[in-house]
Amino acid sequence: MTTTAAQTPRTDRPAHRRRHSRGVGRGAGPLTYVGITVLFLIVLFPVYYGIIGSFMNTQDTNSYPPALWPKHGIHPQNYSNALDIVPLGRQYLNSIMQTAAITIGQVLTSVLAAYAFVFLPLRARNFWFGVFLATMMIPYESIIIPNYLFVTGLGLSDTIAGLALPFLASGFGTFLLRQSFLAFPTELRDAARVDGAGHLRFLWSILTPLSKPTLAALSIYCALSAWNQYFWPLLITTRSEHQTIQIGIGQLQSSDTQDPGMVLAGVVLALLPTLLLVVFGQRFIVRGLTAGAVK
Amino acid sequence: MAMLYLLPALAVFGVFMFWPLVKSIIISMQGTDIIGRPGGFVGLEHYRHMFSDPAFAKVIGVTAGFTLLTVLPSILIALAIALLLQERIRGLRFFRSAFALPFAFSVATASVIFGVLYNPASGVINGLLSYVGIGPFGWLTDPDMALISVSLATVWMQLGYNLLILSAGLGAMPEDVLEAARLDGATGLRLQRSVVIPLITPQLFFLIVTGTIHSLQSFGQIYILTKGGPENNTTTLVYSIYEQAFAYNNSNFGYASAQAMVLLLVVLVITAVQFGVLERRVFYR
Repeated sequence: MTTTAAQTPRTDRPAHRRRHSRGVGRGAGPLTYVGITVLFLIVLFPVYYGIIGSFMNTQDTNSYPPALWPKHGIHPQNYSNALDIVPLGRQYLNSIMQTAAITIGQVLTSVLAAYAFVFLPLRARNFWFGVFLATMMIPYESIIIPNYLFVTGLGLSDTIAGLALPFLASGFGTFLLRQSFLAFPTELRDAARVDGAGHLRFLWSILTPLSKPTLAALSIYCALSAWNQYFWPLLITTRSEHQTIQIGIGQLQSSDTQDPGMVLAGVVLALLPTLLLVVFGQRFIVRGLTAGAVK
Repeated sequence: MAMLYLLPALAVFGVFMFWPLVKSIIISMQGTDIIGRPGGFVGLEHYRHMFSDPAFAKVIGVTAGFTLLTVLPSILIALAIALLLQERIRGLRFFRSAFALPFAFSVATASVIFGVLYNPASGVINGLLSYVGIGPFGWLTDPDMALISVSLATVWMQLGYNLLILSAGLGAMPEDVLEAARLDGATGLRLQRSVVIPLITPQLFFLIVTGTIHSLQSFGQIYILTKGGPENNTTTLVYSIYEQAFAYNNSNFGYASAQAMVLLLVVLVITAVQFGVLERRVFYR
């Protein structure tokens, strides 16, 4: 179907633009510049203020009319203040462990399932694949109550296991990898079989290395959504040293709204990994996310 | 043997999805016992209560309003940006990277920033508006404005993703079709409306469906910005589920589960529509 989105080759762009210019032979008009600049200023303002504000002291953030840049000097101590009020360092670690557990778990279970769907003889294949697809239609919030009762009943509140367990499999991930495996050249599979490679051997030393781009896209997609989770971590953690950074900055905000600079410092800390990912790993993100549009 | 490979995923789905689904239906027909656990069969009592409860009618209204105020506006703004970024402008590379930045924000980080911007006393938005003599507004405290303010923040959060999908669609546009249209004299808005937009209908449709589902599932921004208030004017379906089940030690799991079944049904219907319409009405090349 719409494989268009997923297969957008980046290298296309310059060629595309060159041809564009030849075809019409005119640059963008002044209206285009006005439009893009206005949208730029509005859309990027929260980003600007979030970062700049994290270095401003209360003299600037609480002045009226407000300061748009630090008039009273740069205040990096906002960051240490934020770390003092909420154990953000500890929460950072929790977020990293939760994200790692979910990402590794999801990729692992998805690789195995997708392998079965593509390379193994499977009775009622369509039925089982339907089961996997069905999981993508259930909104997580509609089953959060029994999950909460179950996980807290196991005594797993305030643990990484409690944060990660419900998310260790993914219908989307299985679907994505299945599509990628289906495109795998059968000659390679046959050659590996002739050489005596069993299923696990083939899966581990031939298939996964050759599926790296898809695996990278899926991992980034998983990691982003795990890192950004809010509802479940809010329910399953009660004490601040067990909470994730996302919950932590929410607490920071409700704990002290008199010092916005300090609150914003917490935001920037929580934002850092994903911001770096978007700045440097955009290519993979685009691939991972547009793959979702292929359904 | 193939089942062994499916087993890990199936176990997770079984324990954390399919069984909870059954369990949700059961709990929605149970009351709450003295230690706050679901117990005692009450039949369809929660459903009867729900459909006669004016508070729940309001929840549905707020949810519909929130969806209307977030999905299309966010797609349209993203479309405008995506189309502008297709033009031959100076600094294109810079603009492209810059407009991708909102995508790095989680619901929590974006909500906290908007909370700071919306602050009635020291917030920058009221401050900037004071220069042109408007306001100050109680963005999150005025019952008439809170839903709009939360929606606005949500539009911003969705923008990055919408832009990525639309840009990918526009980037994959068949150059020969565009060329042919230009040779036929189609330029500017005419070219956009008659050629470009129809070619990205799959992406637009995809975004409307996923955006609607995403909006229905919104929680963090409401929890951080308004806690469902003022006067329950921002209490959406998911927030209502949270409130009934978890806020103020309510432990009203039965009633919350009945509402959760409404959420499930709505999302299933939208998904079904997606699969039904997607096959027939949307333009594919």
